[in-house]
Parts: sequence; C-alpha cells; structure tokens
Amino acid sequence: MHLHKYEKYWLLFGGGSLIVFLLITGIMAFHNGSHPPSAKNTINHEKVDQIAPFNKPGVHKVSGKDWDYEIVVLASAFYYNPPELEVPVGSKVKFIATSKDVVHGFEISGTNVNMMLEPGYVSEYVTTVDKAGEYLIVCNEYCGVGHAQMHSMLKVVDKK
Amino acid sequence: MSQTVIDQSKVKNDSLSVASKVNRKTAELLKVNPKDAKLSMAHIYVAFIALFLGGTAGLLQVLVRSGHFELPFGIGYYQVLTVHGVLLGLILTTFFIYGFQIAAVSRTSGTLSNKQRLLGWIGFWVMTAGTAMAAAMVLLNEASVLYTFYAPLQAHWIYYLGLTLVIVGSWIGGLAQAMRWIQWRKENPKQTSPLLSFMVVCNNLMWFVATLGVAAEVLFQLLPWSLGLVERVDILLSRTLFWYFGHALVYFWLLPAYMVWYTIIPKIIGGKIFSDSLARLAFILFVLFSIPVGVHHQLTEPGIDPSWKYVQVVLTMMVSIPSLLTAFSMFATFELAGRSKGAKGLFGWLKKLPWGDARFFAPFMGMLIFIPAGAGGIVNASNQMNQLIHNTIWVTGHFHLTVATTVILTFFGAAYWLVPHLRGRVFTKELNRLGIIQTIVWVVGMAIMSSSMHIEGLLGAPRRSAFSDYGGAEIAKTWASYQVAQAVGGTLLFIGIIIFLYIFVKLCWFAPKGEEEFPIAEISPQAEKTPAILENFKVWLVILAALILIAYTFPIYDIIQNAPLGSKGFKLW
Repeated sequence: MHLHKYEKYWLLFGGGSLIVFLLITGIMAFHNGSHPPSAKNTINHEKVDQIAPFNKPGVHKVSGKDWDYEIVVLASAFYYNPPELEVPVGSKVKFIATSKDVVHGFEISGTNVNMMLEPGYVSEYVTTVDKAGEYLIVCNEYCGVGHAQMHSMLKVVDKK
Repeated sequence: MSQTVIDQSKVKNDSLSVASKVNRKTAELLKVNPKDAKLSMAHIYVAFIALFLGGTAGLLQVLVRSGHFELPFGIGYYQVLTVHGVLLGLILTTFFIYGFQIAAVSRTSGTLSNKQRLLGWIGFWVMTAGTAMAAAMVLLNEASVLYTFYAPLQAHWIYYLGLTLVIVGSWIGGLAQAMRWIQWRKENPKQTSPLLSFMVVCNNLMWFVATLGVAAEVLFQLLPWSLGLVERVDILLSRTLFWYFGHALVYFWLLPAYMVWYTIIPKIIGGKIFSDSLARLAFILFVLFSIPVGVHHQLTEPGIDPSWKYVQVVLTMMVSIPSLLTAFSMFATFELAGRSKGAKGLFGWLKKLPWGDARFFAPFMGMLIFIPAGAGGIVNASNQMNQLIHNTIWVTGHFHLTVATTVILTFFGAAYWLVPHLRGRVFTKELNRLGIIQTIVWVVGMAIMSSSMHIEGLLGAPRRSAFSDYGGAEIAKTWASYQVAQAVGGTLLFIGIIIFLYIFVKLCWFAPKGEEEFPIAEISPQAEKTPAILENFKVWLVILAALILIAYTFPIYDIIQNAPLGSKGFKLW
C-alpha cells in the first residue's frame, strides 16, 4: 500500500512520540515503582470489622517498615471510619482501605491519592505527605443516595 | 476503486467530461429505497425522542449541581442521572447509528432484501421494547444504578433484561446490515466493496465482539442475581466484563462519525476521498484496538495485576495510529479540494471550505473539538496520570467533548441531509442558517461546560455526584463557581437541543418536498488500488481474538482464581 511522503513523516513522528510516551510511562511504572494502586489482598467484607487491621481503623505508627504510618480506613454507605485522620507532615504513610458493602471511591481531593474500594479487596497506596494542610477525602464512585455526603478529612499537621 | 461502483461501471468507456455528467446523473438517482428509508427513520425518531428526554435530564442535573435548584416531587438526582446516561449514551447513539447505517448500506450496497429488512424491523422492535422496559424501571425508581450498573447496587431484573434486549436487538439489526454487504460481495466477486458499507460492517463486527462482555455480565451474573437465583456475584469480574465492552462502546459511537468524515464530507466540500485503503486500514485498526483495552478504565482498582494494566495501556495508545491517519486524510482532503478550486498559498484552501454549509460546519467543529478531546483521553489512559483525574468530573468533561460534541455534532450535520433525503424533503436555506446557529450555540455551551468540568476535576471534584458542600471543606468552596458555569453551559446546550429538534421536526414534516442528495464522495483518481487483505475479515477476526486473549486471559483467570466472597445485592437509593 502506498503512503504519501508527508503521511510517512506524519506517522513516523506520531509513532515515534507514541513509543517515547509508552517508554516513559513504562519506566515510571516498572523501574520507579510508580504503578497505579493494584493491591491484591482479599478479605471477607461481611466480617471485615472483626478482621485486622480493619478492627481498628485509624492512624497507626509503625516501625521496621518502609513507611512510618499506616492509615486504616473502612468505608461503608455513606461513611468513612474514622471520619478524621491526622498525620505529621513529612511522614511516609500507607493507606489501607476497603469497603464493607458496595463499591466506594477513596480520593484525596487535589492529590494523586485515588483508588477504588471494592468489597472483598484491600486497596493500598504508599505516599509521602509533604505539605501541611487539610485534605478532603471524597467518595468518587457512585454508591447510592448519600454518595455526595460521603467524605472525611485528612489533616497533615506540623510536627509537635 | 470507488464505492460508487455502479457509477464507474457505467462510465468506464466514456470520456472524462461525459463521465462526470453521467456520474452526477446516476448519483441523483441513487436514493435510499422508500421501504428502507422507513426502517431507517423509525430508528431516528426513537433516537431524537431520547435526545429530548435525556437532554432535559442533563439540564436538571447541571441546575441541581449548581446548588441553586432542587428537584421537585421527590425525584432523585441519581434517577435523573441514570435517565441521562442511558438515554443519551445508549439509546440516542445506538438508534441514530443504526438509522444512519441502514440508510448507508441501502445507498451504497443496494436496497435490502425483504428478509434483511424484516430482520431490521425485528431488531428495531426488540431494541425499542427493551428501552421501554428499562425506562419503566428507572421511572419507578427501581434502577438508579446508572448505565454502568455498579454492582453490588442491585436494580430490578426487568431493568437488566430491558438493556439485554437492547443489545440483542442490535445484534439482529446489525446482522441485517452485514448481510446486505455480504450479498454485494457475492454479486460482485473480486471487486472492492463499497467503502461506506465496509465501514458499517467493521463497526457492527466490533460491536458484536464487544457486547459479548456485557452480555456475559448480565446473563450470567446480574440477571440470575437480581432474580434471586444466585445469592452473590463477583464484583471485580462484573466490572471487568463491563469495561471489556465499555471502551469499545465509545468507538462504536465514534466510527459512524468517522464514516461521515471519510465518505460524506469530501463530497459536501466538492472534493474526493483521499485514499480508500487508508480509510479501510484506519477502520480495521479501530476494530483491533477497541476491545483489548478496557482495563484502562480500572487502573485504580485492586485485584488486577499492574503489569497487565500496563499491557492494556499500551494497547489503548495504539489507537493514536488510526486517529493520526484520519487527521491526515481529513486535512489532505480539505487541502486537495481547496486547491482544485484554485486556492493559493499554504493555507489558502481554508478559505475555500463551505463554512456556511451546516452539513460541513457542524461535523468540522466536531473534528476540531476532537483535538483537545483526544489529548484529554491520553491523560485519562496514562498509567499514572489517571490517578489524578480518575472518577473526577474531569472525565465527564472529557466525554462531553468526545461523544457529546465530536460525535453528536457530526450526527447533527448528517441529520441535515439524511432526514430530508429519507423523508423526500429539502434542507432549506433558513434551516441551514439555523443549523449554523445551532452549531455555534453547541460549541460555546460545551466550551463553557466542559472546560469548567475539566478544571473542577483537576481541583478534585468527583463525578456523578449531587450538590454537596462536603461539610464546609475549603476545597469544596473552590468548586462552586465551576458548577455554576456548568449550569450556564448546560443551559446553552439545552437550547441547542431545542434548536436542533426544531430543525428535525421541520425536516420530517414541514420542509418543502423535494430531493435532498445523500452525498457520497468518490475516491481520488490518484489513490491506488485497495489491497484485498483489507477486506478479509477472517484474518482480522483472528488477530482481534488473539489480542483479546493476550490482554484478558491472565487478568480474568487471576480474578476468578483469587476471588473473595461474592457480594449480595444492595438498594441504597
């Protein structure tokens, strides 16, 4: 099949950009470990509030791990437990969250902490909270009539 | 080879000047058969009734979310949202596409046989009955689960059955269209088939393979579960099956717009199709890269291996190749047409385009909007950037550019000649002027609504949400003004719908009687012969199946193998 000369240039340029783009995203993902949240642990969602760590939702200081805090959140219609979280600025935190009933979202507005919470699966994401302030956590997956009222607050505070 | 093969066989031995005269004459004669026109129009009526009702729902939504309006009579926001999504995303699109495709096949491959037309009618009535069933359940507030289903939210089983019938009806109707093309191939051995009919078959083939996913979800999971035959369903599997279908769905909307761009627009601007082979190649690539990509809608979900997410991201981005091919072909067509009319200089041909012709202007604005729309799409499907915008109202802003501007403006532009052609009326100057105004209203309204959605999404506002002040949170206050802007843009869009429907009603029943051309362009004489491989669907089906198996076998095996306890149904609205 014959291609016009300019069309060849155009496709070479387009195809070249595509390869560069995919290489960058690929290196980011596989070399720098910047994968989207994809944890694969499962859990019995109907008894989840009796199973660790969801029997004690909240902020927990940990030692000997790659992160300083574990933030355990249990979502249910139309509520996050606990409704407020507080961590010192600069800490490396691991969010561990799941849902007790339907699918919910866990999005810290204005940041790239954004993951789906599905019944039976534990969602995890590790990040560093490097800017003090109040961050609104919203449910961004339609979950029923109270969906827009489902939120909580992450407070990133200066170290005492 | 040209798709107007009848023209060519007649003119083969004539001199060029005579040929063009004969061409014009036969083109005038090439009308869609009245019986086929009736079938086509039946689909188009349903489509634009859906446009009116779904558009009204859209207006109510932007008003509610502005925070200055509340729904009366206990109507729920998410009920209205379900109406909007189902009617505009599924009913308007599928019915208009079928109306257009039936006419396109009848015009380019020939009148449907009685058996094919009967199948077409059966498909139409099955789809319409399914629509009515689903609509009844939504109106009774038994199905506020949006069209993406959101199990374990559980709707009434009649809702799922209704939508299944819409899909099954579309298989029957799609088969009727494909059968006409197969008949043409049998009657014209070793010839390149009509381009427009070929494109229709590509789209239907993709639709069939894609809808297998959602059909499996509904038939094996949601229906038995909502009927109480099984207690629990696997949520992640249901979502994965949905998105196997969900992304191909957006190409199913887009490809008919591409059909108009490739085969109709060149004729309207007085040009020729740049290359038959490139057009076919673009469509084949769309078919191949439409389905093994659905996981890019699930990038932030647990339970799916990140390596497989990346594989599907790569396959998703392959779509940029047929998109670039299309962009090149379009602008090459524009430039060649302009130069053949004596345009000079690098951009002189731009002036030669028929800006005052709504049949061109509306789809052209759609093409233009597709540039930012496509750029936004790349952000969405990017492995990491997705986390910033996933499920924010940015995404809503994105597909209001793609489907609700690029696609719908092209459909509006097509309706301006298709409806009068089928109804034996003409698209008058006054209606044309209204069509231009309609396009401008639409583009301005959408620019306001979609940009504010994009910005608000970057600021973190979630999609599919009623008005909320989120407990007085500071960041939520920054969202408010964008929501008011969306109400302004949305109101303009509603006015745009009213103007369009006025034109539509005129074209159906009140415009002067006469002959409106069904424009089909010829292939440029410089274009080379189309390789036969492009028409060999067996080859492409095998490659498609292989790609789907590569992209989905392991993730689905993994989902089933490591499945947690399934979910019971919830009704939380």
